[in-house]
Amino acid sequence: MAKVLYIDYQRCTGCRTCEQVCAVKHDGVLNPIRSRIKIMKWEAEGLYVPISCQQCQDAPCMNVCPVKAISRNEELGRVEVNYDVCIGCRSCVVVCPFGAMSFNPIDRQVFKCDLCDGDPQCVRFCDVGAIQYINAEEVALDKKRHAAERLSMAGKDSVALLAQM
Amino acid sequence: MPLDRKLAIVDLTSGDIEIKAIPLGIRKKFLGGRGLNAYLLLNYTPDDVDPYDPDNVVLLAGGILCGTLASATGRCDVMTKSPLTGLLSSGNMGGFFTPELAHAGFHHILVKGKAEYPVYIFCHNGEVDIRDARDIWGLPVSDTQWAIRQDLGDEEVKSAVIGPAGENQVAYANVMTGIKNSAGRCGAGAVMGSKNLKAVAARGTMDIKIAYPEEALEFNKRFIDQITSAKVNQTMGTLGTPFIWGATNSWGGIRTRNFQYNQTEYADDIEPEHLDEIAEETCGEYHMTACYGCQVHCRAKYRIPDGPYKEVYDEGPEYTSQGAFCGETDTPNAITLLTANHLVDKYGVDNLEIGSIISWAMELNELGILPADKLDGVDLRFGNDEAVIEMIDRICFRQGWLGDTLAKGGIQASDIIGKNSFDYLIQVKGMSNLHSDERATPALALNCALASRGSDHLRSRPAIDLYHLPEPVLRKIYSSPIPYDGPLSSEHTEYIGKPYQVFWHENCYMAVDCLGICKYHTTFLGATLPNFEDWSKVLYYNTGLDMTPEEIWDVARRANMVERMYQLREGLKRDDLRKGDMLNHRYFDEPTRRGAPDVVGRVIDKEKFVKMIDEFYEYKGLDKEGNVKPETLKELDLEKEPSHLL
Repeated sequence: MAKVLYIDYQRCTGCRTCEQVCAVKHDGVLNPIRSRIKIMKWEAEGLYVPISCQQCQDAPCMNVCPVKAISRNEELGRVEVNYDVCIGCRSCVVVCPFGAMSFNPIDRQVFKCDLCDGDPQCVRFCDVGAIQYINAEEVALDKKRHAAERLSMAGKDSVALLAQM
Repeated sequence: MPLDRKLAIVDLTSGDIEIKAIPLGIRKKFLGGRGLNAYLLLNYTPDDVDPYDPDNVVLLAGGILCGTLASATGRCDVMTKSPLTGLLSSGNMGGFFTPELAHAGFHHILVKGKAEYPVYIFCHNGEVDIRDARDIWGLPVSDTQWAIRQDLGDEEVKSAVIGPAGENQVAYANVMTGIKNSAGRCGAGAVMGSKNLKAVAARGTMDIKIAYPEEALEFNKRFIDQITSAKVNQTMGTLGTPFIWGATNSWGGIRTRNFQYNQTEYADDIEPEHLDEIAEETCGEYHMTACYGCQVHCRAKYRIPDGPYKEVYDEGPEYTSQGAFCGETDTPNAITLLTANHLVDKYGVDNLEIGSIISWAMELNELGILPADKLDGVDLRFGNDEAVIEMIDRICFRQGWLGDTLAKGGIQASDIIGKNSFDYLIQVKGMSNLHSDERATPALALNCALASRGSDHLRSRPAIDLYHLPEPVLRKIYSSPIPYDGPLSSEHTEYIGKPYQVFWHENCYMAVDCLGICKYHTTFLGATLPNFEDWSKVLYYNTGLDMTPEEIWDVARRANMVERMYQLREGLKRDDLRKGDMLNHRYFDEPTRRGAPDVVGRVIDKEKFVKMIDEFYEYKGLDKEGNVKPETLKELDLEKEPSHLL
């Protein structure tokens, strides 16, 4: 099964390198509005959440497209736009629950994450590992490990508490 | 292209706005950022202008690499004439303001004149507006930025603002962006306040074409690997700059009780590991925050765990805050540190300067130089945490005689207080020294005396001098890009070879300030970090500007010389204790009392120190008096300055 993009927002430092490299990789120019990934920030609380396409299985953008320009590429595990067919109606932008389908006002075209054809640059440049490109079955493994740690810690704490009583 | 970014000249008196292209010839001479700012300051300000006169100008600029793929280029250089020193005012901050400015089409903003009522400047996609800021005036730093976003109806707007300290013209008020990023030290915020200028805001969606995108991407990856593989950056990226506190303090390098001791006792409470324990991490195991495109991420996020500002969010505290609010004042308490750090961020004032001046006043109080009836009821003793917090408020709002007096800056305050108060003021050119004690490290002491904007550690400090690197390693570092075969010493207590180190670092830091890169990406704390060779390539791949490492070195020397010319024009004299290249007498007269065997009992040898200054002047191309030699001007192509070409 193809790999997926896994975003652990808690690790994000908010540096926006992912936005920079995404724009340069795809368009050769630097401009955050051309980036497929965007860090949403709550500056006053120190909260930074990178948002990108989830490559949905039952993708609303694909379902809504009136000319069937959007399809799933199972080999690369992505949802992709065929620009020869796309009419630029932006219906996909409206229905995407993540805002991951964007409209580029300079080229007047919709655009989304294409996983850089299997070598996502945002992952390559993220030094803290907030964006990872991993096997789909591993997505929840890290979380399971942390949950297990918490449970075992709670277990140890309760034993210690009992011993004190 | 990055080279298309323009200069906007905003006259607040008339409301006129002029937008100018920056000619390639000027770019090649100064690149951008601090270098080009220095050129503009020399050209656009009349001699001997009062810092608060409308004819003084404020310059905000990104480096030439700002808005490109190069790492950590969100730096903003703010330059003006300083109300604190009466000389050059230069501050440099990170954050996200200048990249937004670059996407709006600008690299440099020059503000002159004075507005009738509070205003802010808004730069967006090639245009500049002056907007009403009467409703925003009075707000703290972070709230100001949100108010501007609301006023413009766009959450992506980034702005460089002043807080209440700048409005009240505290002589060391900052220009700030984000929660924490500050262009500080010399009072540029007060100059903005005097112009009724609350903020410069930017929003841009213009493309910046990268000259060679593929190469720029690949080279940047190599660059990032080099930066993140350095141990110093890995540590700084987890603990922030306070990671050096423990080692420096136990070694004996922290100025305590103004200048009485060189070590703070019982200071474990403010160690970063302890701060991490008591302050709930804002989010997740990684709790650091970064500036634009930076992989060092040196600032921690925290919520104050207790005290009057319990639960308030802020970033930091920096090593500087530890020294200013815990070391010098001898109040090593975590809550005091986190609270004071928050207050200076909120009011927009320089942490180093305000902490230093409070500790100076505490010593004056201890010695009876500051009479009890002038204290406005504050118990101004060393070790009194409440007094530190109270004085920050009083200075920023100029409350009471003492708050108002200290807000004028050290030298002016010493004139008002009188007696021998000046002798206890630890400053150079009117600017307070960092809390680090340099009596055991002549190279660092020399840096304090010679830094262009006044005593400072970010203009020429050879911090790697403390690592005792083997001579061949030092030789390799200091022979790039210009071969150096003079003396060098691995010993930090030595005097030989140090002037060249300071000279080299002065050029190294100027080069990155012109390029717009952060100093943590250079040979500042890590010996293996990028160098002139790397910058030459980064510059070429991103902007297409083909300059050799030697040419970048020459730009740095030229820009440093322009700063020197400005300083001389405004009255710098070599031996002047108020406006010169000389340290406070205590460096030469009072031996260190605490610390490791290689530190305790040391003073700076004045005779050797003066010789070091002579040697530094020779490298730089100055005569014995510290004036610029005519042949140096010719060599650096500065004979016609001010040339008014831009």
